[in-house]
Amino acid sequence: MKWIEEFRDPALARSLLHQIERRVGSRPLKFMEVCGGHTHAIYRHGLEQLLPDVMDLVHGPGCPVCVIPMGRVDDAIAIARQSGVIFTSYGDMLAVPGSRGSLLSAKAEGADVRVVYSPLDALRIARNQPDRPVVFLAIGFETTAPATAIALLEARRLGLKNLSFFCNHVTIIPAVKAILDSPELSLDGFIGPGHVTTVIGLRPFEFIPQRYARPVVVAGFEPLDILQAILMLLEQREQGRCEVENQYGRVVRSEGNPRALEVMAETMELRPFFEWRGLGFINHSALRLRPEFADWDAEKLYSIPGVQVADPKACQCGEVLKGVLKPYQCKVFGTACKPETPIGTCMVSPEGACAAYYSYGRLGKLV
Amino acid sequence: MNEPLLERIERVRQAQRGKYYLNDTVVSMAHGSGGKSSQALIEGLVVPALHNPELARLEDCARLQAGGQRLVVTTDSYVIDPIFFPGGDIGSLAVHGTLNDLATSGAEPLGLTLAMILEEGFPLDSLRRILESAGEACRRAGVSIVTGDTKVVGRGKCDQIFLTTTGVGWIRVSHQLSMDSVQPGDRILISGPVGDHGVAIMGARGDMGLELDVLSDSAPVSSMARRLLEEIASVRCLKDPTRGGVATALNEIAQKSGCAIAVEEGQVPVRAEVRGACELLGLDPLYVANEGRLLAVVPEAFAQQALEILQADEAGREARIFATALAEPVGTVYLRTSLGGTRVLDMLAGAPLPRIC
Amino acid sequence: MCLAIPAKILELVPDCEDLARVEVSGVRRQIHVGLLSGEVGPGDWVLIHVGFALSKIDEAEARRTLDYLETLGQAYREELAALGEEHEVD
Repeated sequence: MKWIEEFRDPALARSLLHQIERRVGSRPLKFMEVCGGHTHAIYRHGLEQLLPDVMDLVHGPGCPVCVIPMGRVDDAIAIARQSGVIFTSYGDMLAVPGSRGSLLSAKAEGADVRVVYSPLDALRIARNQPDRPVVFLAIGFETTAPATAIALLEARRLGLKNLSFFCNHVTIIPAVKAILDSPELSLDGFIGPGHVTTVIGLRPFEFIPQRYARPVVVAGFEPLDILQAILMLLEQREQGRCEVENQYGRVVRSEGNPRALEVMAETMELRPFFEWRGLGFINHSALRLRPEFADWDAEKLYSIPGVQVADPKACQCGEVLKGVLKPYQCKVFGTACKPETPIGTCMVSPEGACAAYYSYGRLGKLV
Repeated sequence: MNEPLLERIERVRQAQRGKYYLNDTVVSMAHGSGGKSSQALIEGLVVPALHNPELARLEDCARLQAGGQRLVVTTDSYVIDPIFFPGGDIGSLAVHGTLNDLATSGAEPLGLTLAMILEEGFPLDSLRRILESAGEACRRAGVSIVTGDTKVVGRGKCDQIFLTTTGVGWIRVSHQLSMDSVQPGDRILISGPVGDHGVAIMGARGDMGLELDVLSDSAPVSSMARRLLEEIASVRCLKDPTRGGVATALNEIAQKSGCAIAVEEGQVPVRAEVRGACELLGLDPLYVANEGRLLAVVPEAFAQQALEILQADEAGREARIFATALAEPVGTVYLRTSLGGTRVLDMLAGAPLPRIC
Repeated sequence: MCLAIPAKILELVPDCEDLARVEVSGVRRQIHVGLLSGEVGPGDWVLIHVGFALSKIDEAEARRTLDYLETLGQAYREELAALGEEHEVD
């Protein structure tokens, strides 16, 4: 696979690791990878074990499935259960537990829940079945919001009367800021989200070096990308620099994707506040459909419980999402909370730190 | 992360095996996926209800004794959608699947049965195509469908056609094939590229919008199995990895034998297109279904010979030695990545692909 | 879900300016390229995510990155070779 396999070259990885070893020094370092996709990539390739012991990779809140509170999952299930509804969703959300079951169990009990690869698939289903209401569960950070935006514009252009969107898009910057403001955590730098920046560009991250004196290197998702980004963070420290750098230049432009930002602005607006699982309520951190798109807004078309559901007492997802706890430090990790019986979203989302750790990385350096 | 925590996790895993999940009150798609849910259903509900030692062995084939002859019997149902797919159809799939269960038990097939459940309105032309395909698969394998059953249900009560095949065979060569007998040091071989069937089905179902040229690998593994057993006395066990992929089959071996299994990422054969489809959809080829691959575990000393036997067979040209059984960590399967790191390969949790076999 | 991977544009769909057929390793799919209107055509590589192209891959930049990593790799190999020679001398 072109432009993927070259960035998995084991020999080049070894030389990067060697450079990292040379520069890392003896003081313990904590770098946070913001994005769940990076967490997944790190564990998929077994990178964490290969890094020096003094370096700690802290897993951040950039998993859009993980941060959806249980109450919103219940809302999604409530919509799916409405008679006649075809409920479409990305696969990742199917097994996420609400307070009484998941979309998958709702499906087992008769709801018409379907996995799609793209919001355009939901559009296609709606066009092919004009007599059934179709709802699309829109989740994701800014990487995914433009797709929802285009699907929404297309729905309006076609005058589709039977498609609506349940919008749960969240924005990355407020979450990162919440981490930076958290007194429990001191980080030495950030591995920046390579796909969110593809859309929003580099500028939104400049406040991090400017106001918090922490370097950021935006990274791609292959092993060499992640390793090179870590090396660049170390080089910044060595050279006394503190700035936003772009390791993923082959994909990320510093201005992002202007057209993507346009369609998002045209269709969505910031909610005054939104509840994030584990992080509590954060201002201006999530998107909803603009009022002029009310006809396609599932939140307006369906009556949903809208109840705020507290996490189970045992759940420590919040602290894991903030990077305060490592997955295995959570009291219920691996015992009461496992991928097949998840208590919290960190364990059920494929990008969640706990799922990645349990399913992929639990052997650590033991083998 | 430390050993005491790993031990605690492992203890919980052991204790929870056989208990179906507290939240399960109805059958879900996950129960049919071949992974953890399926296992929980079988161990937690089916076995206790039917309670007998042979069933509890949970091997693909059951062993029966009759007048000094060692017989095996196996059964499978096929509910695949779509019923016609690149590389086969539900008819040939059913025959190959049951032949493979017999072959991996070391048995020579004596005969197959075929029970059909047909939906009212199902075209007879399609039925003919499917049965001719099944017949052709039998003919090539030198076996016959000797009896069967036909039922029809009303429109909507079953999805076009469901098949159940039973195979009876006899153990000709005296082997004690069993997953329990796998030992540290043993090498594990796969007869060809993984994930072809699952990806072909995904392509044929069309709901992910992928266009691909991958064919299902549905085929008998009998000739490879037969030769391995004839020429190597100490084959530990054979498996044909189906739902849940190679990773799930390796987990069954690890659980039964208590060994760890280390897979070399670089040695797993995968077609470029399968890799591409999996990368696009976020799937791991090691968890994607196969229908014509043979997994063989042999002592280290015979690994090279086993490889040559497989590669000499038309179906085994791309065979590889790709994994090793180890003493620790007990019952755990992991991958050594091409970068030299590791990642655990647990049994499949959940159901990524509905009804692929 | 947050998967985004590079794919090559095979052709723009005729009569449908925002759609293109792309290929990853022999697997083909129709993708919406409206977010990169006018910038991309057959032969270009794009990053695709949930059915959309988000960015055109700058192949020159990709090669520059790989070349840089290759020089690090070369330096490492030379270091190892030098170490090897030292050990031989000892």
